[in-house]
Formats: sequence, structure tokens, C-alpha cells
Amino acid sequence: MAILVYAESHEGKYIKSAFEAVSYAKAIADKSGDTVTAVSINATDSSDALFKYGANKVLKINNDSLNNFSPNAYAKALSELKDGDIMVLPATNNASAIAPLLALKTNAALATNLSAAPAQITPFQVERKSFSGKGIETIEIADGAKVLTVLQNAFGAKENPVSGIEENVNVTVNDADIKEKIVKTEQASTDKVDVKDAEIVVSGGRGLKDAKNWGMLEELANVLGAGTACSKPVADMGWRPHSEHVGQTGKAISPKLYIAIGISGAIQHLAGVNSSKTIVVINSDAEAPFFKAADYGIVGDAFEIVPKLTEEIKKFKGM
Amino acid sequence: MKILVCISSVPDTTAKINFTADGKAFDKNGVQFVINPHDEFCLTRAVQLQETQGATVTVITVGDASVEPVMRKALAIGANDAIRVNAASRDGRFVATQIAKAAKDGGYDLILAGRESIDYNGSEVPGFVAGLLDYGFINGCVGLKVEGNSVEAVREIDGGKETVSATLPVIIGGQNGLVEEAELKIPNMRGIMSARTKPLNVVEPEQTESRISVVGYQKPAERGNVKMIDKDNVAELVKLLHEEAKVI
Repeated sequence: MAILVYAESHEGKYIKSAFEAVSYAKAIADKSGDTVTAVSINATDSSDALFKYGANKVLKINNDSLNNFSPNAYAKALSELKDGDIMVLPATNNASAIAPLLALKTNAALATNLSAAPAQITPFQVERKSFSGKGIETIEIADGAKVLTVLQNAFGAKENPVSGIEENVNVTVNDADIKEKIVKTEQASTDKVDVKDAEIVVSGGRGLKDAKNWGMLEELANVLGAGTACSKPVADMGWRPHSEHVGQTGKAISPKLYIAIGISGAIQHLAGVNSSKTIVVINSDAEAPFFKAADYGIVGDAFEIVPKLTEEIKKFKGM
Repeated sequence: MKILVCISSVPDTTAKINFTADGKAFDKNGVQFVINPHDEFCLTRAVQLQETQGATVTVITVGDASVEPVMRKALAIGANDAIRVNAASRDGRFVATQIAKAAKDGGYDLILAGRESIDYNGSEVPGFVAGLLDYGFINGCVGLKVEGNSVEAVREIDGGKETVSATLPVIIGGQNGLVEEAELKIPNMRGIMSARTKPLNVVEPEQTESRISVVGYQKPAERGNVKMIDKDNVAELVKLLHEEAKVI
């Protein structure tokens, strides 16, 4: 049987989370003896991108009605292609909206925000995020159909090339299936790395004193190819958009490297970033609680240290 | 317009999270409970619509009697009445089944729920309710306008925002941005007094089959000791990130 994966794309291009979902399905397939079938909706990207991560088959849907994202219509399309028991989706905003609807349509159990590959397949036991990063929950899912969503940057995208096949498929989408209409889309500039997908995140707090001071932080992010983030007070004061707020009530992230500048490290902030692999803290207050949760720390004035760090990274990269 | 706001009672964001000795459950000892922050943004937006557009606002929680103080707070913030479904919340599907039934029985046309609870992080309830009732569904909302029978919501997508329109009845998964932090209402004395006499109806749950069970909980692994680097030796940090941590 096949594990069905939703290979999410934006403006025709597969997103990193799609590769992570395919990699995750491949890890299950290697244990369960299933194959991996990725479903692409109106993507123009080559299927090779999905074969590279272990998809044996790519089912391509081309349907103008699905140019408008509707959770219900997408769930219906995926449910029509279900073959085996397991369906894997990324835990993006869009796919997280599809997942419960897909679970209802396929009479499946739903397990969300999975942070690791299943420890065992029979019975199916797997870890997931809980308490916004302050805990890890292990659950067991009974036999039968299951819809799984995979946390971004947790399992990761793992190359595992197979020679797969591509097939065009049709699904039925009726007007009644679409209850939401997109009126307007504002994409952030395309050269900007989304904070949930970013391998490296540079983040600023109240210690930066003013919205005007973000330039040096963005420069550091640029040389590192990093995403930018901020603490909650910074978003609440309007220095940075809410979409950059990381922490318990903002986004939870797990980059390889998290650089916190002028952030004291309140427990709510730590909850959202403590699954980062390596944490660097730069703060003028040697007593800042964040140092206790960091791998590397520098005590000092961010306005001196950050430009120096940018220079050193440039040197290191030969820029 | 009849608005239903789904409220979850969760540990305060500053709470240290501990698990029972057998690792099977969250240890509630000494923990203060609050309205789930994402739900509070929804509630505040609903109360604004009540004030400006004459809507009525009902809050609903699935939980035992211990969640009532949090529900009274929601009433003090401005909800008209409350429904408590008398059951421990088992999983997202179970909670959504209770909410869907109450929403149908009560004829609610706008349902607001936080995008996820900060304790179990399911992100399941709003979508399940939408599916069970066959209503429109917009998640990750950071803005909401209602005009007559139609809603226009701004939702966060990965890497941007989009504006989505839908016709009532509809379910909104909301989060910070739906209203600003500064707009959150702190109950005043009049609100607290009137909340005491507002209706809080207790109903019994529908049963559902659950196919997910909890094996246990653990805390994330602790980090080793922090390595401090002199502020005049930033090059050392770059070296360590490359050679030791291997992240650049």
C-alpha cells in the first residue's frame, strides 16, 4: 500500500515542508514496507524534486478550481486519492487546516505536530510537541487510517533518491465544496527566509531599544542567509510584525542555529525556541536568564557586538 | 448575529510545566489557569462585534467544574452567557464533537476558536468543527471584519498574508493580531460582578470513540553548560559555530 503525502507548493514551487513530509513518509515506509505517493496540486515544479526525497510516485492534480485555497476542497481532493492507511501532511498553516477535514472524510485518527519519526509502527507510537515546547508527548494511534502532520524543521528533509513515476489524475471539485474565496494575497518579498523554515534565525528583543535599530540585525541575517524573528514585546509594540514573533504564543521554531540579541529569555520565549539545535545569546545583562538556556553567550553591548559578528561571518565566508 | 467562542482553560504562560511521577499526565499542582491566549484574542474580537454590531456572544468550554473560574473571566470580559460541556477533554475530535453539537442546537452563525491551545497544541478543533458542521473555515486569522452575512478575514500563510471572504456560517481559527495585545480587555469590577449572575449552563457530553491514547510525557532534554565568549573575541564564536557546533 502507499503512504499518501500532500506535497504543498506555493506559486507552483514545492516548499521545503513538502520535502520534509515526503522524507517523513519515506522513514515510515522503510519500516512498514509501504511505498510513498506524493500528491501535488497545481504545481509546476519538476517531480524530480520529490523523487529525490523518496517519493515512488507523484500524482499531479491540475484543476483551476483549486487555484483558490479552500481547506475543504483540498481535503476532498486528497481523500479521493487515498490508497493505504497513512496520510502525511506538513504542519503549515494551510495543511493544518486541511488535516482535520481530511481525517473526517477518510474516517481517520488525526495526530498533529509530530516532532520525530514513529518509534514503532505496530502499535504506532510517536512523539509530538506539547505544552508549546515545554513538554514532549508520546501517543499511540490505534490501527486503521491516520492523518499525520509533521512539524517544520523537526524531522527535516532527508535526501533518499528513488526513480519514481509521475501520473496525472483528476479529482472532482464542485462549487459547493469551496466555501472560502481568496480576495487578495500579499507575499513577503521572495528573498526573505520564512522564520519557520529557516535553518538559521536571528532574533531581536527589547534590548535593541527601537524599531530603527533592526538594520544591523537584518544585515547579520543577510550574511548568514537567515530568517529574522523577534520577542513578544517587540511585536506588541509594533516594532516588528506579529508574523516574526517567536515564543509560546507566537511561532515555535527549531532552526539549527538561533541567535538571540537583546532578549532576556522569559519562560514563554524559551518555550518557542528551545528545540533549536544551537542557541547563541548576546545580552548586556550578565544575569539574563537566557544565558542558562544557551550554548554560547556573549555579555556586552549588542550595538558593538552585532556589527563585529557580521564582519567576522563575512570574513569566514570569504564575502 | 450569534457568536460562539471556544475557550480552553490552560496553564498560565509563565507556568513551569511538570508531569506526574508516572509520566502519564500533566501535573496541575500549583498551576494557575488562564484563558488560552489565542482564544482570548478571539473573545475580545467577538466582544468588539457585540458592542459595535449588536451580536450576542456565548463562550463554550469542554471541561470539569474546575474550568469555571476561567469561564467566569470570559463572562467578565463581556460574553453574554456560557456553556460548559461536563467532561474531561480527551482529544480534538471529542472536543469538536461537543462544540459542533452546541453550535447546531444554538443556531450560532459565527464560531471563533484559537488556532491551537498552548497546552496540547492540537490545532485540530476549529477544523473538525468546520468539517462536522460543513461550514466555511478560515484558520490562522489575524484580522476579521463582518458585514451583514459576509466575513472578510486576513490570514497568515507561510511567507505572507491573504485576505479571504466567506458567507456565514463560518468558523474562524484566530490568533494574536485578530486584535492587538493592547486591546485585550482586563475585566473591571462591574464586569466581574455581572459575570457572577450571567447564565453558565452545564450540559452533558456526546460520546465519541477515541483512537489515540497517551503513552506518556517527558520534558525536553536540558542543554549543557553555556560557553561564554569574550566580547572582544567575536571571531572565536564564529570558529566554535563552525568547528564545534557545526551549524555554519
